[in-house]
Amino acid sequence: QMERMIVSMQDPDMGIKMRNQRLLITVIPHAMTGNDIVEWLIQKYGISEEESLHLGNLIVKHGYIYPLRDPRSLVLRADESPYRFQTPYFWTSTKWPATELDYAIYLAKKNIRKQGDLIEHEKDNYNLLHKRINHTWDFVVMQAREQLRTSHCLRTGRAAKQRRKGDRIVIDCQEQAYWLVNRPPPGAPNVLEQGPERRNCHTTRVQLTKNMDYYKREIEYCRKAMARSRVKSSICLEGYIKFNEQYVPHDPIMSGCLPSNPWITDDTTYWAMNAPTVPTPTKLRVERWGFNFSELLNDPLGRAQLLDFLKKEFSAENLSFWEACEELRYGEQSRIPEIVDSIYQQFLAPGATRWVNIDSKTM
Amino acid sequence: CDQTFLAVLFGPCDKCSKEKPLRAVYIKSEQLSYCSLCVEMVHFVDHIPPGDITDEQGDVPGQSFAAGLSNPQLFAVHQVAERVESLGQFVMKTRRTLKGHGNKVLCMDWCKDKRRIVSSSQDGKVIVWDSFTTNKEHAVTMPCTWVMACAYAPSGCAIACGGLDNKCSVYPLTFDKNENMAAKKKSVAMHTNYLSACSFTNSDMQILTASGDGTCALWDVESGQLLQSFHGHGADVLCLDLAPSETGNTFVSGGCDKKAMVWDMRSGQCIQSFETHDSDINSVRYYPSGDAFASGSDDATCRLYDLRADREVAIYSKESIIFGASSVDFSLSGRLLFAGYNDYTINVWDVLKGSRVSILFGHENRVSTLRVSPDGTAFCSGSWDHTLRVRA
Repeated sequence: QMERMIVSMQDPDMGIKMRNQRLLITVIPHAMTGNDIVEWLIQKYGISEEESLHLGNLIVKHGYIYPLRDPRSLVLRADESPYRFQTPYFWTSTKWPATELDYAIYLAKKNIRKQGDLIEHEKDNYNLLHKRINHTWDFVVMQAREQLRTSHCLRTGRAAKQRRKGDRIVIDCQEQAYWLVNRPPPGAPNVLEQGPERRNCHTTRVQLTKNMDYYKREIEYCRKAMARSRVKSSICLEGYIKFNEQYVPHDPIMSGCLPSNPWITDDTTYWAMNAPTVPTPTKLRVERWGFNFSELLNDPLGRAQLLDFLKKEFSAENLSFWEACEELRYGEQSRIPEIVDSIYQQFLAPGATRWVNIDSKTM
Repeated sequence: CDQTFLAVLFGPCDKCSKEKPLRAVYIKSEQLSYCSLCVEMVHFVDHIPPGDITDEQGDVPGQSFAAGLSNPQLFAVHQVAERVESLGQFVMKTRRTLKGHGNKVLCMDWCKDKRRIVSSSQDGKVIVWDSFTTNKEHAVTMPCTWVMACAYAPSGCAIACGGLDNKCSVYPLTFDKNENMAAKKKSVAMHTNYLSACSFTNSDMQILTASGDGTCALWDVESGQLLQSFHGHGADVLCLDLAPSETGNTFVSGGCDKKAMVWDMRSGQCIQSFETHDSDINSVRYYPSGDAFASGSDDATCRLYDLRADREVAIYSKESIIFGASSVDFSLSGRLLFAGYNDYTINVWDVLKGSRVSILFGHENRVSTLRVSPDGTAFCSGSWDHTLRVRA
C-alpha cells in the first residue's frame, strides 16, 4: 500500500516536483527536498504537519525514499535536505532475501573503497561474515572488485565528470539505504520484523473437508439465515443514536467526570465515590440503573437495592433463584450435579424453604 | 429494507418443487413461480445480476440481501447521524507510561478494579501492574516466547495467558511473597496451534480461547475439560470478544480468512458471518449495547457491523492511513472508537459520523493492543516499543 502512495508521489503532474538539487558541489538530478515531501503529503491527504512528518518518516524508514545528505540515518527532515526515490529494484515488497552473500559483497566493496574505514557494527558484521563464509571469500572479493570497477568507469574518462559523480553518489546512497533497511545497526528498530507466521486462506492449515456433512451444515445455516428477520438499517442506526444520547453523559472520556478524572489529576476520589459498595451512590450512577434492568443487576449496589425492594414485596427468593442459576451457568463443571440438587431443594421442590412461583406449565 | 409481498399462489415451486406461497418472477423475460427461498437463492447462488430478475411490480426482489452487499445507497451510519453534533477537538495525553518489559508488548487486559492491568510480551514475561502507581505487582515467565494472549479474571484473583505453546494457562494471583506463582499454574486449553486470544466469561471458571488452528473453544478452568468447540473459520482465528452480558451467550471472532463470525456459545453453531474486509481481521470488539461490533484489519480500515440488520454499516478509513489496524475498542458510550495501527499511531474515530476525531502519537513502534478501562476513564495501549501507555 505504501507503494501506491510512492507511485502517486512520482506522478509527473500531480506528484512532487523534482529538480536538480545541489549536494555540496555536485548536482543531483531528479531529487526533492524534505520540505517538498511534507508539503505534498499535507496537500494530498489533508492531514496535519505532524502527521505528514510521521508518515514521511515511515516511508523513509522502509527505504522507499532515501536521503542524499547524511545517508546513514533514515530520517525525514522537513527542510532543504535532498531526497530521492528508491528504485523499484530495491523495494521491500520484492521480498528478495537479502542474502548473506549479497551483504558480504556490499561490505567488501565498502571496505576496499574506504580502505578499511567502516563503521563499528559494519566492521563486526564484516568479520563475522568472513568467518562464516570463508570458503567463498575469494568470490566475494572478486565480485566486489568487479562492481567497483564498473562504477569506477563512470568516474574516469571523459567530460561531464560532475554528472558521473552525481550518479555515483546516487548509486551509493541507494545501496546504503537498502542495506540500512535490511541489516539495521544494533539498537535501531527493524521495520521488516513481523509477528509469528499466519496462514490465510491460500496456505491454510485448516482442513474443511467438503463432504456431505459440511454441505448439510451450510444449507442449514443459509436456511436459518434467510428465515431470520432483519431489521431495517435505519432503525438500527436510530438505535445507536439513542444509545449514544443516553450514555454520553456517563462516558468519562466524552463528558469528563466529577470531581475529576483520576488519571489526569492523580486524585482517586472519583473511584472512591463510585466503589462497588458505598453508603450513597452518585446521582449519575442511580440514573444509569434506569436505563435497563441489566444495568441495575450488574451494579452490586443496585442489586442490593433490588433485593431490599423484593423483600418488602415478599418475593426476594426470585432474585436468589436467578443468582443461583447464574452460578450454575458459569460455574465449575464438576460441581454441576451438586448445584442443581441444591437449587432444586431450595427453590423448586414442593414446600421448599424459598419456594419460587413458577407456572405449572414450566414445572 | 425488509419487504413483504402479496402471495398470489400457493403450490409447488418451479425450482425446488416444495409446496409454498409463491410469487411470480421474470427471469430473462420468462415467467416462473418461485417460493421466497428460491427467489433469494437465485440471486445469491446463481449470481444473476439483480437487474435481470424482476417481479410483477417491476421491483427487484431480494434487494435487501444482494443489493445490500454492493449498493452504496443503502443507509450508512453517517447519513442517519447527520443531525448529531460534531465532536470538538479532543485532548488526550499520556498520563502513565509503564516500562519494564524487555521486549515487544503483545497483549493487555484491565482488571475490573479499573486500575490493574496484565500485559504479556514476546520474551515470555507476563506482568501484572497497578497502572495508577506504575508498580509491578506480579511477574511470571512463561516457558514459551510470543505470549499473544492474556486476560484478567473477573474476580481479579487470576490471570490467563498463552501463545506459541498452544496452551492457555491460568495462574492464580497470590500476594504471598514466598509463593512461586508458576508453581500453581493450571494448564487449561490445548490447541494444535498457537493461541491468539483468550477471555474469561462472566466468572473465573470458564474461559474462551481462539487459536491459529482455526477453531475457538470454551473450557472449564478447574478440570480443563472442553465444553464446546467452534469450527467454521477457514484460517487462523486472531481475535474474539464476548457479548456484553445483556445480550448474553454469544461471541464474535475474526480471522485470517477475512471473516468475522458470530457464534452461539451453547450450541457451538455459527449464527452470522460477515465477509467484507480485504485482509486479515486483527481485532473485534462489541459495541457497548451489544447490537453491533467493530473490527480492525490489515487492510487499514475499521468497520462497524450491525447484528440485527445483518450487514456492515460503516467503514472507518482514510487515504493517508496505509498501515493495518491491530486493535480496536469503544469508549463507554460507544461514541468513540479507538484504533491502534501498525504505523505507531492511534486514530480516534467518531463512530456515528464516520470521521476521524484525532490522531495520537507517542509510540515508537507498532501499537499491538489497545483497551479502554472498565469505567471508561482512560485507555491503555501496548506496543512493540516495549512500553504501555495509559491515556486520558
